[in-house]
Amino acid sequence: MRGRVFFSGLILAVLVLFTVSLVIGPAQIGPMESLRSLIAGDGGPLTLVMREIRLPRALLALLVGGSLGLAGAAMQGYLRNPLADPGLIGVSGSAALGAVLAIQTGFAAGFALGLPLAALAGALAGVFVVLALAGPRGTSLTLILAGIAISSLTGALISLVLNLSPNPFAANEIVFWMMGSLADRSMTHVWIALPFALLGAVLLASLRRGLDALTLGEDSAAAMGIGLSRLRLTLVFGTACVIGASTAVAGSIGFVGLVVPHILRRWVDARPGRLLGASALGGAAMVLAADIAVRIVVPSKDLKLGVLTALVGAPLFLHMIYRTRREGL
Amino acid sequence: MTGDETLLAVSELSVTLRGRPVLSELSFEVGRRELIGLIGANGAGKTTLMRACLGLIPYQGRSSLADLPPQDRSRRAAWMPQAREIAWPVTVETLVMLGRIPHLGPRQRASETDRLAVYHALKEMGLEAFRQRTATRLSGGEQARALLARAMAQDTPLLLADEPIAGLDPAHQIATMQSFARLAEAGRSVIVSLHDLGLAARHCTRLIVLDAGGIVADGAPDTVLTPSLIRDVFGITAWFEHTDQGPVFQPLEVLE
Amino acid sequence: MAVAGEDPARPARVVSLNLCTDQLAMMLAGDGQLLSVSHLAYDPRSSAMAEDARGYHKNHELAEEIYLLDPGLVLAGRYSDRATVSMLKRLGIPVAVFDPAYSLDDVRARITEMGAALRQQERAAAMLRDFDTRLADLQAEVTRRPRTAIYHANGYTTGDRTLSGQILLAAGLANVASEAGLSSGGVMPLEVLALAAPEALVTGTPYPGASRSEEILDHPVVETLRHTLPGTRIADHDWLCGTPYVLRAIEDIAALRRRIEQEGQ
Repeated sequence: MRGRVFFSGLILAVLVLFTVSLVIGPAQIGPMESLRSLIAGDGGPLTLVMREIRLPRALLALLVGGSLGLAGAAMQGYLRNPLADPGLIGVSGSAALGAVLAIQTGFAAGFALGLPLAALAGALAGVFVVLALAGPRGTSLTLILAGIAISSLTGALISLVLNLSPNPFAANEIVFWMMGSLADRSMTHVWIALPFALLGAVLLASLRRGLDALTLGEDSAAAMGIGLSRLRLTLVFGTACVIGASTAVAGSIGFVGLVVPHILRRWVDARPGRLLGASALGGAAMVLAADIAVRIVVPSKDLKLGVLTALVGAPLFLHMIYRTRREGL
Repeated sequence: MTGDETLLAVSELSVTLRGRPVLSELSFEVGRRELIGLIGANGAGKTTLMRACLGLIPYQGRSSLADLPPQDRSRRAAWMPQAREIAWPVTVETLVMLGRIPHLGPRQRASETDRLAVYHALKEMGLEAFRQRTATRLSGGEQARALLARAMAQDTPLLLADEPIAGLDPAHQIATMQSFARLAEAGRSVIVSLHDLGLAARHCTRLIVLDAGGIVADGAPDTVLTPSLIRDVFGITAWFEHTDQGPVFQPLEVLE
Repeated sequence: MAVAGEDPARPARVVSLNLCTDQLAMMLAGDGQLLSVSHLAYDPRSSAMAEDARGYHKNHELAEEIYLLDPGLVLAGRYSDRATVSMLKRLGIPVAVFDPAYSLDDVRARITEMGAALRQQERAAAMLRDFDTRLADLQAEVTRRPRTAIYHANGYTTGDRTLSGQILLAAGLANVASEAGLSSGGVMPLEVLALAAPEALVTGTPYPGASRSEEILDHPVVETLRHTLPGTRIADHDWLCGTPYVLRAIEDIAALRRRIEQEGQ
């Protein structure tokens, strides 16, 4: 019962934030007027604004946030470690590297899905390296260290690639790839990200039982009929899909996958399986809220989403590290 | 094919871990109504044997359980590993409910049957009052009981438990062995590894003694716990008598 | 402008560090007077005089290489690397610093200043006369100024108080950036652009290689405007610097204005 109320509340929050996101923007349009021109569509500039600027932006916030929350909950469930966030452990960074390489080599311009596929490949490499380094049950120390190493390496490579670009704007885009933004995205971006995000979500959602069982450790889970190697494979591909899709269109946004599961865990009785859906909704709400905030705080500038998520997430991260240390890692 | 009366059939089972032979060509069968104590010195291969029987590690030879598809196997045998791992702060009830996973379809929710199994397991382990407590905040012994209840809730004909009573207070050690005995009386079987030969002698219907990678004795406690076996396998002397209050086994001295 | 060092003679071995001073110097210097121009002057995208630049030594605005050229005068922009400029000054090299041009008057002033720095006042005066004549020809009387948007990568636009804005005004167009309060330029969000409903669109030309910053120029909103409105692409080499080449930019925009009026009829 409590669970049903909780999930309804989350869905309501996402719906409200989605609507607010639609009616907020640098152009001052009345909320009712903007929603009307979104639905009715008279072909005028207002409809253009609503359908080509605000709708894709709100949809992408939903999609990217859901992806980040879901991936965070899934990685944490698998590694049985609350510090596993796709941004912190370098998966988003490696996805961004894949995307940057695709854009700079022209692979992304070559065909429509080139960009998300390259980001997916990057994310895949990142997840693979993290899991290889962290081992079956990632201790906090190895996770954080692996994250630092991968993030530094991918960050350096992104900077290198962008600085080598003949395009004078490219070098200034390091910030976008490191911090993420949803400004000036179009429905094209929704369409290229959506298939991979959905595929990844289906894969990760199928892990519910397995992640629940892993609460008792690998041996118990295996004895309960959970195929661990298949679970691992599904996790790797599912995570790479959602992170690849979201990073390709929005850059890497950190801490969503850390903060959201941490806050929501107690509401789902700490069950990793139920946390998946809750975190997807919570992540969507968090990114929608962050994207609303960046438009309110500095309407004229493209404040990066990662700035806000880090302002919320980094102190929490420090607190969690402190607590992990007290508990003897 | 495993018959109704044979819950586990192992033949010529060998395990090599990291190039070192740990078990070689073991054979035994487990029928119904057995409470089997798996005993042996440290490193004798008790854990390895149980994990190999379940097919959790690579092995040579045959184990009727490991041959089954994982889903079927998980409805025939439950496993409580020695590592008491509870990764998340779930309630005791949720923890025990995890044991019902093998009985649920992919999207199926817990039914009345599942809740009943959880209720019985909690009651059997004396954890009714702990239902809503957070499992990670319990004491080590309480966690062990909760994890045992979880394995019991799996409601399988065979239960394998790796040192389930280590770290429990005397009352709960005895109570746990009595729970196993009740399971056996109800037609199931339990394989339990343990170091307390006194409890093993008193409660088990059968003892399997592991030494140097093989089974050195297999039978009722009376026939197994001979002074020579105690000397050769454990390097100790012991006092073992049938008394008015049942069999009493007391280790005495370490042999030089 | 500031000339460090007092030398009554015409400076020799002149080295320029800035795209705009590069071009003015190439136009005004006497034979053999200008030694080196910056590497940007060689790029036909940004430089109107890429061909001419080949006749000079190419520098990369690094203090060390400039010093080794043993310059008699260094020409720098206000926004040239400060460390480089101050080091050159410390080494006793005269440095003339030029402000960017934000208006056509600024262009005239820069020509005069460059003439003074190079001690080529007569050439500068001749260039000014020519500039004024051509500008007067271009500035036809207009009764109506079609509202135009200038749109660059990252949604950047330039208003009336910029050289691009002045080019637009001189050609007889109005700039929507100034309506939106961005007369010095700044980011105009896509939705503001869409709702401004301009009558013409002037966009930047994409650079080689790809960038996310330039993706905005292919955004459906910009695409829609580009397909429905008369417009043109900015040729950076004529627009970036306050040199007489801005007259070519004004000619291009004046041609756009004639197209707008034809389509309006």
